[in-house]
Amino acid sequence: MNYLRTVWLHLEKELRLEFRSRDALMGMLFFTLLIVVVFSLAFDPTSQPTLARQIAGGLLWVGLLFASTTALNQSWSREMRNGVLDAQRMSPSPPSALFLGKALANFLFVTIVEVILAPIFFIFFNLHILGQASMLLALLPLGTWAIVVNGTFFAALGLRARSRELLLPLILFPIALPALLAMISAATGILTGEAEPQSALRILGIYDTVYTTVSLLLFETILSAE
Amino acid sequence: MQAAVLTNVTKLYGRFAALKNLSVTLEAGAVYLVLGENGAGKSTLLRMLAGLSLPTRGGLTVLDGPANKQQRRVAYMSHATMLYDELTAMENLTYYSGLRKGSGECACTGSPEMALRAVGLDPHLNKPVSQYSQGMRQRVSLARVLSADPEMLLLDEPFSNLDVHSVAQMLDLLKDFRTWPLPNGHTRTIVLTTHQAELAMPLADYVLRIQAGEFVSMEATQTQ
Repeated sequence: MNYLRTVWLHLEKELRLEFRSRDALMGMLFFTLLIVVVFSLAFDPTSQPTLARQIAGGLLWVGLLFASTTALNQSWSREMRNGVLDAQRMSPSPPSALFLGKALANFLFVTIVEVILAPIFFIFFNLHILGQASMLLALLPLGTWAIVVNGTFFAALGLRARSRELLLPLILFPIALPALLAMISAATGILTGEAEPQSALRILGIYDTVYTTVSLLLFETILSAE
Repeated sequence: MQAAVLTNVTKLYGRFAALKNLSVTLEAGAVYLVLGENGAGKSTLLRMLAGLSLPTRGGLTVLDGPANKQQRRVAYMSHATMLYDELTAMENLTYYSGLRKGSGECACTGSPEMALRAVGLDPHLNKPVSQYSQGMRQRVSLARVLSADPEMLLLDEPFSNLDVHSVAQMLDLLKDFRTWPLPNGHTRTIVLTTHQAELAMPLADYVLRIQAGEFVSMEATQTQ
């Protein structure tokens, strides 16, 4: 119970900081909107609806992955300002609670961007779902968590590096590749109705479980590094 | 009882030795003033006592245990304020105080509101810390460590950015802090570094001098 209370404390602090600065949300939102507009102009999806349905899933997730890296770096750079990270290291609360609070906050931020982006995306790409639309309710949280849990962990890993903005995508993208392929496959399956998304969702579920466990177990080592 | 025991402690950053074979014993209940020039190793010493930095060689115990396992008993105020700029002083302190509260630990820890009042700040000031002056931030930072109710208080340059009146207030507060009873019957230890030795001297029981990472002397002051 104490652990959950601590996670809530971190989450509440993250939400308050973001509410006051809006750094992460605004950055992500404008970045993804730009991607949607640029790609819709480049591919002219209204004239080729079948092609649009086939590539839309990939565009959406790759765009979100790129955009989330800006927010993920941002969330840890706040801890570096004013030496706050040292105060976190001296705190008697479990380090994994800090990680979980931050990952949950990032999950909420990316979800907000998805909720705003989805209708715009559907309009710009003239999309109609031909498969099981209800599966989106499983895909979006599983996919978002896959990006966020790894991203939060690896952003913390590169926290003390000089070029951490560059380091995060270099580490995160190859590691997120299996999840990204499953996310794209499931999204394409749902949009085109040509394939069942269940097996891709199962892979995502396993991926999320493994990486969440590993991140929670290893986070203390990362936090205590000098 | 000893607050900290350092035995032949060396701290290397790459090839640079911040501390060299430092052996010192700090008695519990005393106030230690650590003096030395810039780069003498004062901050490194405090970071090691805080458990934020481990010795490269040598032995270090703080409050009879490993330095990095004393988070509930040691508080550290560094050059940096360790505060979130976007939050108010009260929000910062409430957050940190929430992180310290474990099971069965509530009544003994200082309240953020009391700590802010003690350093002369209004707990209801509805402004983010980023809008505070340097001196006010320094006082919030002191309130943060005081609200942790530590057995060992580590202060790195606590008087920088403060005017003479604020320094006098801080010294009075630290004198008072020494007398606050601890639930386990132990006494409180303060280790502080400063370049304004004359200001802190009335508070100090011992003066520890280090130079280029090496021990120079440890002398009792007249207050001892």
